[in-house]
Amino acid sequence: MTEVDRRQDRAPVPTDWTYAPAPESRDIVRLAERYGHFIGGEWADPAETYGTIAPRDEEVLAQVGQGTEQDVDAAVTAARDAFANGWSELPGSERAKYLFRIARILQERSREFAVLESLNGGKPIKESRDVDLPLAAAHFFYYAGWADKLEYAFPNRQPKPVGVAGQIIPWNFPLLMLAWKIAPALACGNTVVLKPAETTPLTALLFCDVLRQAELPAGVVNIVTGDGRTGAAIVDHPDVDKIAFTGSTEVGKAIQRRLAGTGKKLTLELGGKAANIVFDDSALDQAVEGIVNGIYFNQGHVCCAGSRLFAQESIVEPLVDKLKQRLETLRVGDPLDKNTDVGAINSKMQLDKITELVAAGKEEGAEIYQPPCRLPEKGYWFAPTVFTNVAQSYRIAQEEIFGPVLSVLTFRTPEEAVEKANNTPYGLSAGVWTEKGSRILWMAQQMRAGVVWANTFNRFDPSSPFGGYKESGFGREGGLHGLEPYLRFEE
Amino acid sequence: MTRLPVKKTYKLFVGGAFPRSESGRTYEAEGQNVARGSRKDARDAVQAARKAQAGWAAATAYNRGQVLYRLAEMVEARTAEFAELCSGSDEVERTIDRIVWYAGWSDKLPQVLGGSNPVAGPYFNFTVPEPTGVVAVLAPEEPALLGLVSRLVPPLVGGNAVVAVASESHPLAAIELAEAIATSDLPGGVVNILTGRRGEIAPTLASHMDVNAIDLCGADGDGRELEELAAENVKRIVHGRADTQSPWEISSYLELKTVWHPIGQ
Repeated sequence: MTEVDRRQDRAPVPTDWTYAPAPESRDIVRLAERYGHFIGGEWADPAETYGTIAPRDEEVLAQVGQGTEQDVDAAVTAARDAFANGWSELPGSERAKYLFRIARILQERSREFAVLESLNGGKPIKESRDVDLPLAAAHFFYYAGWADKLEYAFPNRQPKPVGVAGQIIPWNFPLLMLAWKIAPALACGNTVVLKPAETTPLTALLFCDVLRQAELPAGVVNIVTGDGRTGAAIVDHPDVDKIAFTGSTEVGKAIQRRLAGTGKKLTLELGGKAANIVFDDSALDQAVEGIVNGIYFNQGHVCCAGSRLFAQESIVEPLVDKLKQRLETLRVGDPLDKNTDVGAINSKMQLDKITELVAAGKEEGAEIYQPPCRLPEKGYWFAPTVFTNVAQSYRIAQEEIFGPVLSVLTFRTPEEAVEKANNTPYGLSAGVWTEKGSRILWMAQQMRAGVVWANTFNRFDPSSPFGGYKESGFGREGGLHGLEPYLRFEE
Repeated sequence: MTRLPVKKTYKLFVGGAFPRSESGRTYEAEGQNVARGSRKDARDAVQAARKAQAGWAAATAYNRGQVLYRLAEMVEARTAEFAELCSGSDEVERTIDRIVWYAGWSDKLPQVLGGSNPVAGPYFNFTVPEPTGVVAVLAPEEPALLGLVSRLVPPLVGGNAVVAVASESHPLAAIELAEAIATSDLPGGVVNILTGRRGEIAPTLASHMDVNAIDLCGADGDGRELEELAAENVKRIVHGRADTQSPWEISSYLELKTVWHPIGQ
C-alpha cells in the first residue's frame, strides 16, 4: 500500500459484486401491431394471424400472418415472375450491387436489428450485436462479390440459376440464417420464398424494409410467415425448384421424403450432437472458455453446439472444477441487458423439451450441477447445466437437447475418443483441444463431422463452408461451396 | 473328338470372395445361370463394404490412383473376353480409358474441390474433401460394362466402398469385371457386385442405415419409393447418367470438412 492510499479516506471494499442493470434501449425498434406477408414487393394482408412474443416475459410484440397455401402460391408466383422478367437476366455485376447495398444497410441499421433479434428470440444483446448482425452483413458482402464471378468458381460448367428457391429457416439465428439463405441464392440469380421460424419472424419482416431501401426489384425476395404448415406448402409447391432447410433432423427427413421423385434440388442443415474433446495436454483455461462458448452460447440453441464434453480421464476433475467455477460467473437474465451471458429460452415448447431431457438425465443416473442463479419469474428460462457421470447410452448423450445442457463423458486414449465421438448418427461439428500439432491434425481427420474446431469453438465466417456429415444433412453453406446448391450446370 | 469346354459358374462378388447367393437361387440371363442375390446378400455386401472402407480411404491418394490404374491394366488384359460380353471392343476400350482418366483424379481432388478459406480473424481455416462412406450403385441396364464402370469408379476414386447391383439383363460383364477387380490390388470388400433382380435388392440398399449414398442410375420405375426409403438416414441421392465422365461425378460422393485453428505466437 502506498502512502497516498493510506492517507486517502477510502470507501470500504464492497463484498457484493452485483452488476447494475445495463439495459439496451428498445426505443430504436418501431413495431407495427400487425404484419402481413411480403409478396411481390408489397404487404399482403393475412387471413389468419398469431401473436409473436418476447420469450423473456411473454409480451406479445405483434400479430403476424399464418401463411396459407394460397399465400405461398402467391409468393411463388411473384418469385417466378421476378425470375422470368428480369432478375435471372440481370448481369451479375448488377445483382452484386443490390447485395452490397443490402449488406451496407444491415450495417447501418445493425443496432435496430440486434435489439429486435434479442427481443423476439431471447438471445443476449451482446451476441446479436457482436455475432449475428456483423456476420449477417458479412454474408451479404461476401456473396455480393461472387455474383459476377460464378464462371470462375465453376470453370467449364456454365453455371445457371436454378429458379425459385424455397427456404425454411430456424429460430436460433433468425436474421443470420436468413442471410445464409438469401445471399447465395440471389448472388446466383435465383428468386426466393423464405419462411422464417414460427417463433422468430420479426427480423425477417424488418428485413423487408431493408429490401425497400435497397430498391430490390419486387418479387425477388418474398417472405411468408407461419408454422410448419406454411413450410410444408413451400416444400410441396410444384413451381419451387429448390428447397433449402435448416432445422431438426426429424423435419429434414420428412422433407427429403416429400421431395422424393420430384427432382427438386435439396440441401439440409440439420441437428447435431457435437463432441468437444479435451486432451490432458491442452491449455485448460482456454479449453474451459471453449467449452462454455461451445454449449452456453445462444442458450445452447445451436445445431453445432459442443453438447458432449469428452475429457481425458487424467484431467476430468480439474477440468470439471474449473468449469463449475466458470459457470458461477455466467449471468443469466434479460436478453436486452448488455451484461447478460445467457438469455431466455426461445419458446415454451423448447423449454419443455429441455426440461424433459434434463429430467431423463437425472432419472438415468447422471449427476447434475447448476450454478446458483436467480431466474426471472416471467418468461422462459433454464439455468446453465452440467451433467457428470454420463454413460454413452443416456438420452442426454444421444439426443440433441438444443439447450444450455452439457454432458461430460470421459476417455483414456485418442482412439477411444474418436470411437465415442463418432458414435452418433449426427456429424455436424466437433472440437479438439490439445497442444500437440500432429494430434490435432489426426483428430481432425478422424472426426466424421463437417466442421472441426481445434483449440477454438463456434467460429463462423461467410468464407468458411458449413454443413454436416451423416444425418446432420447435406450441402454446404458459406464459401465457394455454398454457391453450388443454387446453381445448375450445363456441362 | 472335340474337347468339351469347362464352363464358368457365375457368382456374386462380396468381401473379395465369390460366394453363391445365400438363398441358393439363380436366374437365367444371357444363356447362363446367374446368382440371384437376396436381401441378405445385400446386407452382407454392405457389411463387407463398411469393413473395407476405412482402410481404402486411409490409403494415400497416390496409392488409390495406382490401384485404379492397375484395374485398367487388368481390364485391358481381358479385352477379348469383355468384348464378347458387351457391345464390343469399342465399349471395352472406352471403359479402360475411363478408368485411367478417373485414376488420375485421386490425388488432384483436394486441390480442385477444397482449399484454404480467408476468414476474418486470426485463424487458419481449410476445407478438404473426404469420402462419404459406403455407396450403393444401381448400375444401368446398358451399356453393360461401360455403364457399370462409369457409375462405380467415381465413388471409388474418392475413397468410398461400393455395393453395386449389376445390369439385370446383362450381368455377365459385371461378373467378368469382378474377376478383374479381384486381381487388381483393390482390397477385398472395397467393391462388391451383386447380380439378381434389382427390384428385390434395391429397397434393401436404399433403406440400409449403414449406406451413406445411393446412385439411382439404374432404378426401374421405383425411383420415388427408393428415394423415400433413402431419407431414413438422410442418404445422399445421386441420379447418375450411364455414360458420363466428370470430376463432379466424384464429388457427389464426397463430404467437405472444414477445419479451424487459431493463429498466434
